[in-house]
Amino acid sequence: MHRTALALAALALPFAAQAQSDAPQDDLVARGEYLVTIGGCNDCHTPLKMGDNGPEPDMERMLSGHPAEIVIEGPATLQAPWASAGNVTNTAWSGPWGVSFTANLTPDPETGVLRDMPLELFVATMRTGRHQGQGRAILPPMPWFNYGAATDEDLAAIYAYLQQIPPVTNAVPAPLPPAQ
Amino acid sequence: MPRLSICLAGAAVAAASALAVGSGLSGASGAAPLRGAATVPAPVPAPPTLAETGLYADPARRIVAPGNRPFAPQYPLWTDGATKRRWIRLPEGAPIDASDPDAWDFPAGTRFWKEFSFAGQPVETRYIERLADGSWLFAAYRWAPDGSATLAPAGGVARVYDHGGGRAHAIPSVTDCKVCHMGAPVPVLGFSALQLSLDRDPAALHGEVPPEGALDLAALQAEGRLTGARPGPAPRIAAGDGKARAVLGYLHANCGHCHNATGPLAALGLSLRQTGAAAEAGGQGTARGLTAPIRGRVPGLPATAAARIKAGHPENSALLVRMASRVPALQMPPLGTGLADEEAIAAIRDWIAAMEEDAVQPQRIPEPEH
Repeated sequence: MHRTALALAALALPFAAQAQSDAPQDDLVARGEYLVTIGGCNDCHTPLKMGDNGPEPDMERMLSGHPAEIVIEGPATLQAPWASAGNVTNTAWSGPWGVSFTANLTPDPETGVLRDMPLELFVATMRTGRHQGQGRAILPPMPWFNYGAATDEDLAAIYAYLQQIPPVTNAVPAPLPPAQ
Repeated sequence: MPRLSICLAGAAVAAASALAVGSGLSGASGAAPLRGAATVPAPVPAPPTLAETGLYADPARRIVAPGNRPFAPQYPLWTDGATKRRWIRLPEGAPIDASDPDAWDFPAGTRFWKEFSFAGQPVETRYIERLADGSWLFAAYRWAPDGSATLAPAGGVARVYDHGGGRAHAIPSVTDCKVCHMGAPVPVLGFSALQLSLDRDPAALHGEVPPEGALDLAALQAEGRLTGARPGPAPRIAAGDGKARAVLGYLHANCGHCHNATGPLAALGLSLRQTGAAAEAGGQGTARGLTAPIRGRVPGLPATAAARIKAGHPENSALLVRMASRVPALQMPPLGTGLADEEAIAAIRDWIAAMEEDAVQPQRIPEPEH
């Protein structure tokens, strides 16, 4: 077995062959859009703005993650029974893990989190809940374990959709550690 | 009010996940299959007890079956100071294809066991088996005070031995087993030409004395257990000196299964794997990318640690800073340990401090061979 295939076997093996023989790219993208919509990706990865009817997703920043200009310097102060808190744009989350910021999922060549991530690693990341499939744990509240239960075809569709949405330049800050 | 309900759902997820993070059991929800539900056949179930894996001739007395052979890699993986015992069972008449010294191809039916003990008591035994279809089965068995060992949950067990200070040994999830083992050229990490070399490193960090009857390269060859092995000198890391050899061996065993030139993280340009083939003498063996700038932003990493290794400056070397941290988003390795390895940190600190800036240049990682 080739080394690369072996390395990815448990993480993403089946989908390489599957993706090549699947429906045309347009159908794949449409499927991905559908899954991203019902999967609630926009709820955390698209910042909220205040509209006429209250908070609404800022679709000019669709899926671009926590806005870089909203600087958060430390965790929220919480009292029992509260365990976690979100900020006004619903893109920053504070809890026992520290502060996490939702990632920029757009194909921006400088700041998009998927810019150097091939499909295999995207699938591995969703399956393992770890950065690049092998690194540090993805922080809450990202429900990777739900998306990791998706089929290889569905994850390939999500990836295809994310690759062609409008790029938004937005350098999301690194997570903050928990208060010591 | 869909927006409100979604936000509340998100908060619930956050709270549940917070428990996982707080326990050190990141992602071990028990609901994280590695399979696409519609595309992968059902996995082969692991035996429900350790005894049923065939490790023992007499499970009650923990007498290992004669065909299960002990071995001890010269560069062991450090796991919070656990004492380890390891065995392999090779099927009769089916040798290991050793044509590639860095990626031995094990025959179907090969089984590995590794027992982890703290304070003289076994805590868990991990099990790997190569199945008939060429895939690998990963399982862990948790030891009980009554001396029985049963299959641990697929999501792992967060706290099975208390190290104090809020730290504990965890049995990894099956997902995390694969995170490490499937990143290397072959999922078996401690049984290779380099690890079983007769030219054993006397200065290896946490080096072990092989148990009586342990398999090594010579025994494997004498017993006809290898095919395709290339003749040549005993594998040895081509390091500049003995200290560097030991450090590079440690990095190979503890980091190289993810940080290598052939696995999913190859694009990072950092390889800490050493070869079991003859290599030209040099300061870093076959390690590559050691002194390159770090890529991306690492949560909690000081801005002063801008390079993986800053020659002469261990305090500004991201590799060492991350090894010394146990903040989950910063620590290296990212899983498998609750404690920092102080002995290794000291050795690597000395190694970096002794480096001269001109002596170590960033090196290109060779293209994967396969």
